[in-house]
Amino acid sequence: MRAPDTSVTRRDLLVGAAGALGGAVLAGLPVSVDGQEAAAARPTVPADPTKLQGGVTTQVGTRSPFETPTRAPYGETVGNSLTPLQDLTGVITPSDLHFERHHAGIPAIDPDRHTLTIHGLVDRPLTFTLDDLKRFPQVVRTYFIECSGNGRAAYRDPKPDMTPQKVSGMISTSEWTGVPLATLFREVGASPKAKWFLAEGGDACLMTRSVPIAKAYDDAMIVWAQNGEPLRPAQGYPMRLLLPGWEGNINVKWLRRLELGMAPWMTRWETSKYTDPRPDHKADMFTFAQQPKSIITAPGYPREVKGHGWHAVNGLAWSGKGKITRVEVSIDGGKSWSDAEILGEVRPKAAVRFQQMWEWKGQETILLSRATDETGEVQPTRTALIAKRGIGTDYHFNQIVGWKVERTGKVFFHGET
Amino acid sequence: MHRSLILLSCTVGVLMACGPSDVTPRSTAITSADYAAFGPMDGARLGLGRTPDKTALAAMDTDIDAEGATLPSGRGSDEEGKTLYAQQCAMCHAADGRGMPPAFPRLLGRDPKAEGFVFADDAKLPHTIGNYWPYATTLFDYIKRAMPLTAPGSLTDAQVYALTAYLLAEDDVIPKGTTLDATSLRAVKMPYVDRFLWSDEVGASR
Repeated sequence: MRAPDTSVTRRDLLVGAAGALGGAVLAGLPVSVDGQEAAAARPTVPADPTKLQGGVTTQVGTRSPFETPTRAPYGETVGNSLTPLQDLTGVITPSDLHFERHHAGIPAIDPDRHTLTIHGLVDRPLTFTLDDLKRFPQVVRTYFIECSGNGRAAYRDPKPDMTPQKVSGMISTSEWTGVPLATLFREVGASPKAKWFLAEGGDACLMTRSVPIAKAYDDAMIVWAQNGEPLRPAQGYPMRLLLPGWEGNINVKWLRRLELGMAPWMTRWETSKYTDPRPDHKADMFTFAQQPKSIITAPGYPREVKGHGWHAVNGLAWSGKGKITRVEVSIDGGKSWSDAEILGEVRPKAAVRFQQMWEWKGQETILLSRATDETGEVQPTRTALIAKRGIGTDYHFNQIVGWKVERTGKVFFHGET
Repeated sequence: MHRSLILLSCTVGVLMACGPSDVTPRSTAITSADYAAFGPMDGARLGLGRTPDKTALAAMDTDIDAEGATLPSGRGSDEEGKTLYAQQCAMCHAADGRGMPPAFPRLLGRDPKAEGFVFADDAKLPHTIGNYWPYATTLFDYIKRAMPLTAPGSLTDAQVYALTAYLLAEDDVIPKGTTLDATSLRAVKMPYVDRFLWSDEVGASR
């Protein structure tokens, strides 16, 4: 590698404009739409960028200073940060914007000292290093992860000033690389008597969840990479359990141990949390799969609809039970629905981007979306979901949501469907 | 020849060199799809990984299931637990167990309005150990693995029994003045355990 050149060169003078731009960024960061402050200052760029040489190559890329998507809220050890859905397109969530939910902070782990031990009802208990895992046949698959609490605030107390991020920002989709769990269970000789396994994380709460063994032979993976690079620490570096389509919490991060057994362990997380109170005064346990769901992310509060004429209404749809088969959009508050176009490949348990062209003539209206998956399940209205599950139920909120567009073009969250 | 290797050869369509050790495939042509083609217990091993260190595994393997079969020896009373709670827990969960939600959850309280497992009717009803938790063994497991916040996993088994006894006694699940050990903790039935539903078709119910 070449030593850094400290002498002033013609090139340095030419990139002066880029330097000034960097200074402007530091001085006044535009705040994401979820923040209360308006953009403090716009970055400064040359009046005509074609008349001077641009910036230099860098070791690690950064976003344009005009693009500052951020997760919110942040700074909590036990808490979450939500993906800014309104700032994203396509289906893959940039890894640095994948939503977070931690129960004891993000542990700092040396991958060379981290291992995964599989034991219990097996022929051969084994401990694997990360290097061991990478020697098995790898698979690369695209799946979403969604916290089962996603949408709770919009379900219980919808408010006009909720952004797509606030309404539904605990869903993110990544391309994952790892080894099928079935491969590892074969390696240890999983007993046919095993009906459940316990997954344990290496964070300060030693997160534990019980998983039915069948999921291991369906599509479960141990993953170590996300969108082409090692997992982010917030996503479980150096390895996590991935149970496609199932509630986020059970995709145990920083995975260190799997124990095969006969019955669920009834850990704190699957009893006092992540259970669903029912109107008949009982509660469902082990409700793993995330139901079909969708949200329009453009337009969405606080971004206004600018200009009469055609607009590409678009958003995300997903189901933890398989493929999305249909996304409908209503441009008249639910009086009529029409099939939206689905952009790109439809993959099971991965988000799809849908689109519906909409001609706005300045009228007040409500835009809604409704997803159907390959099991035939259709996203319900909030009213129907409350009738079925109760306002106090705790997880798995997949009610239809939308946006009210006013005559001025102002857009507000419409959650009372 | 091992049945699984015959299967593998057929599936992959390549020659497999199968020596006397029938568990390690010699071919490099095995793909993830070949693994997927097998039933759960079929297929070949690659011979990776090492036997876990017994001491290290025992140190990790502290989980207690709902039956409490692996509860350790030791015992602790609710009175001992009261002192420990004040020293180790009250700073986050508050002296009366009200907590500081959401980071530090509410632990205790038997508000009559929140009895009868009516949580679906009202989002504001507090979930507590006494009015919600289905298994007492869960308390032992979680306190031992994750508490206290500033020194997770530092409590002795006797201290964990004492804290479990204190929390259960404060929430009227067991009488005050109770000492818990493995046998007596296994015998504790939580008030609302019968309200929790699950079937073999997990994940399919919703």
